[in-house]
Amino acid sequence: MAKRIEVENLDVYYGSFKAVSGVSLVVEPRTVTAFIGPSGCGKSTVLRTLNRMHEVIPGAYATGKVALDGVDLYGQGVDPVAVRRLVGMVFQRPNPFPSMTIYDNVAAGLKLNGTRNKAELDETVEKSLRSANLWNEVKDRLGRAGTSLSGGQQQRLCIARAIAVKPDVILMDEPCSALDPISTLAIEDLIGELKEQYTVVIVTHNMQQASRVSDRTAFFNLESQGLPGQLVEVDDTETIFSNPSKKATEDYITGRFG
Amino acid sequence: MADEPGANVATTTDPEAAVGPSASLSNGKPVSTSNLHFANVKHGGDRSFRAGAIAAAVIVVLLVAFVGVFLAVIATPSLRRDTVNFFTSTQWNVGADAPLQFGIAGLLWTTALTSVVAMLLAVPVAVGTALLVTQYVPGRIGSLIGFVIDLLAAVPSIIFGLWGLKLLGPFLGPFYAWLQHVLGWIPLFSKGVESTGNVLTASIVLAIMILPIVSAMSRDVFSQTPRDHIEAALALGATKWEMIRTAVLPYGQSGVIAASMLGLGRALGETIAVMIILSQTNTPGINISIFAGGETFASKIANNAQEFDSPAKTGAYIAAGLVLFVVTFAVNAIARVVADRRVR
Amino acid sequence: MSATSTTLAAPGGGRRAKDAAIRGLVYLSAVVAVVPLVWILVSIVSQGLPAILSAAWWTQDLAGTTDRKAGGGALHAIIGTLEIGLVTAIVAVPIAVMGAIFLIEYARGTKWARLVSFMVDILSGIPSIVAALFIYTLMITLLGLGRSAIAASFALVLLMLPTVLRSTEEMLKLVPDSLREASYALGVPKWRTVVDVVIPTAFSGIATGVILGLARVMGETAPLLILVAYARNLYLSPTTSNMGTLPTMINSGRNVAEALPGYERVWGAALTLIILVMGLNLLARAVARASRLKDR
Repeated sequence: MAKRIEVENLDVYYGSFKAVSGVSLVVEPRTVTAFIGPSGCGKSTVLRTLNRMHEVIPGAYATGKVALDGVDLYGQGVDPVAVRRLVGMVFQRPNPFPSMTIYDNVAAGLKLNGTRNKAELDETVEKSLRSANLWNEVKDRLGRAGTSLSGGQQQRLCIARAIAVKPDVILMDEPCSALDPISTLAIEDLIGELKEQYTVVIVTHNMQQASRVSDRTAFFNLESQGLPGQLVEVDDTETIFSNPSKKATEDYITGRFG
Repeated sequence: MADEPGANVATTTDPEAAVGPSASLSNGKPVSTSNLHFANVKHGGDRSFRAGAIAAAVIVVLLVAFVGVFLAVIATPSLRRDTVNFFTSTQWNVGADAPLQFGIAGLLWTTALTSVVAMLLAVPVAVGTALLVTQYVPGRIGSLIGFVIDLLAAVPSIIFGLWGLKLLGPFLGPFYAWLQHVLGWIPLFSKGVESTGNVLTASIVLAIMILPIVSAMSRDVFSQTPRDHIEAALALGATKWEMIRTAVLPYGQSGVIAASMLGLGRALGETIAVMIILSQTNTPGINISIFAGGETFASKIANNAQEFDSPAKTGAYIAAGLVLFVVTFAVNAIARVVADRRVR
Repeated sequence: MSATSTTLAAPGGGRRAKDAAIRGLVYLSAVVAVVPLVWILVSIVSQGLPAILSAAWWTQDLAGTTDRKAGGGALHAIIGTLEIGLVTAIVAVPIAVMGAIFLIEYARGTKWARLVSFMVDILSGIPSIVAALFIYTLMITLLGLGRSAIAASFALVLLMLPTVLRSTEEMLKLVPDSLREASYALGVPKWRTVVDVVIPTAFSGIATGVILGLARVMGETAPLLILVAYARNLYLSPTTSNMGTLPTMINSGRNVAEALPGYERVWGAALTLIILVMGLNLLARAVARASRLKDR
């Protein structure tokens, strides 16, 4: 289920503007990898290329290779919509569908892709909510609106929604930055559990979070304003935070900039 | 909702498909990385839906173009055959027996007069109500008053016409007589038609009809006055009116102008109420009194709705309609430009 | 330097007087604004209520009666108004909604969107009489078809289309992009996202816009005058050349003398029309309010 991601020489453009240049890295299955770096360095951009979400913006395109277990997601004839069913995403602000109940939100991915069998939906909804550590809190009110939950609960609902389609990879774009500290801890615990089944890549601007939660860390940076973002260093989290090999990395994690 | 065709992927012979199916396709077949390649890049549903949206947009554009072109085409022969100046003549003889004569000068005057008087009456009242609701009585009572005024907008114009003809006009009759008696030496107030179906009644009814639009837009604008401006004025020890004069009105100026232009546009195009209220006169020439009868562009066309038998005749009325269309469009465009400029 | 005594008294008399005067004027304007509505409603209700309180009003047409003869009802006009409104909505709403979808979901920010938007603006500025004239020249002069209820509906479509399109457009704009993104991230194709996520989220706003557009169109008289002749009998087929409607019923009786039975019918028709239009307006508000509560 969990797959290996190989990124090779990835460049990302918005129109004629090159936003990210020459990224290459490997993400092993069943690990958590954190992307860190100052604002605007391209870490979210790179994250979005992993499920081709950048293509939602007109004029955005990527060159290079992003392979899932060896299969290039950008190959000839590959359907971006199909890619997104394999690589799920959780966003910075919880965004449950307001027109749907909690149940329907979790089932949304399945239903919108044609699954009709009620038993199958019930089972998947429960399993996903359990995996997201939300089942006990909502099992008696699955019929309530998705927006009736607290912020932290809504984010867990979005996580449940993402894993209900059984992806191989879960991408998280600063999933805790809109949440209070307690909900943040709950989500971090959850990430620790999710990695047993999925490959997880998380973008975070919170270095402590990166060091708590991830196995490997990738540090992105801009050489200077107006130049594309680059991958400076990627290594085991412990190494990055105690003994980085690049000076820029060391400057960033010791707080000298960013 | 029918199942979409979805990504049609052949997986049955694919060995990898049996190993750890993860996500599912719409047709139930598992999607694994091995069969990504065979998926359609554009789903069937996506293509037809997008085509539908484009078709709707095309229909809209064609409709407008068609209307403009069509009306111009039908009006032109009549305009060519017109034996008097279209813009300056007040003659309107479109019967088949006589040479074609039609001029819109009289229509121009009556339309302009009714609309301008309506604006003069409506805008101050609308601004007053907007100030009331936003500055003097905000809260539940204020919204209630706003709600009642907005309800006016829901009343169909034929009902305004009926009310104006049967109730308002007769009620104002004595007032008109007095006004004429006192101010009759001013040409604007000179003798008009005997009945109360005159320009002034029509203008008053038009004013009531455009009041909700102008009021609602003004309310919108006034309620957006930045709090700091208001508080700065109050902190200087200004009275309420002085605060409004220095903070609210200047900020809302262009909004009120835009609102008034929209109201003007509405007044120009109003057909039925005017048709019912305003007495038609058969004397040629223009009587500039507000107690006169007459016809506006819209009411003239409506009054003769049963008589579009010959192409020449129809063409004359369409020419009038085209002028109305162009003028209304210009007024609305100006209103939009003024409103947009404020937003920057 | 003399000791300036600062008092906490109110500002000088002149300023106070002006403030009070303005306050008076503002309150007066509210009265002036509210009086006509109250007057209209009161007169219509008082003059029209007797007519509509009879069962016959709602179940019979005016076949066989004249303005001088009592009896009969407004069924032909009520059905006519509802039918023409329904046909108009069936044609206008799909085009309007799909047009709004084009502007927001497919072409947002492009020059095509600007062109179409400009055209919609022009369309919304077409006075009802001009729209009626257009349909007249198209269907009757050029194509030789006669007057019909359908022709009136087409003219009304020209009037309903821009208002419903604009209000739908505003509603679609309010749906946050994060919802669309969430749907795409689940691997849902674009059309499905629009149909199953965006539209349901915007639905009550769209419905409100449709109801209000319908209410406005039902009160329009000019196209009816020009394109379908008033009939006193009940006709059901949309292709008939004569059909009664509430506005034309009012118009046909507008000069009837007060003493005759026809006079009361005119007010009755006016009251019926107001009830219909106001009812739709209140329905639209209720729909808007209900949706706001649902989000809680």
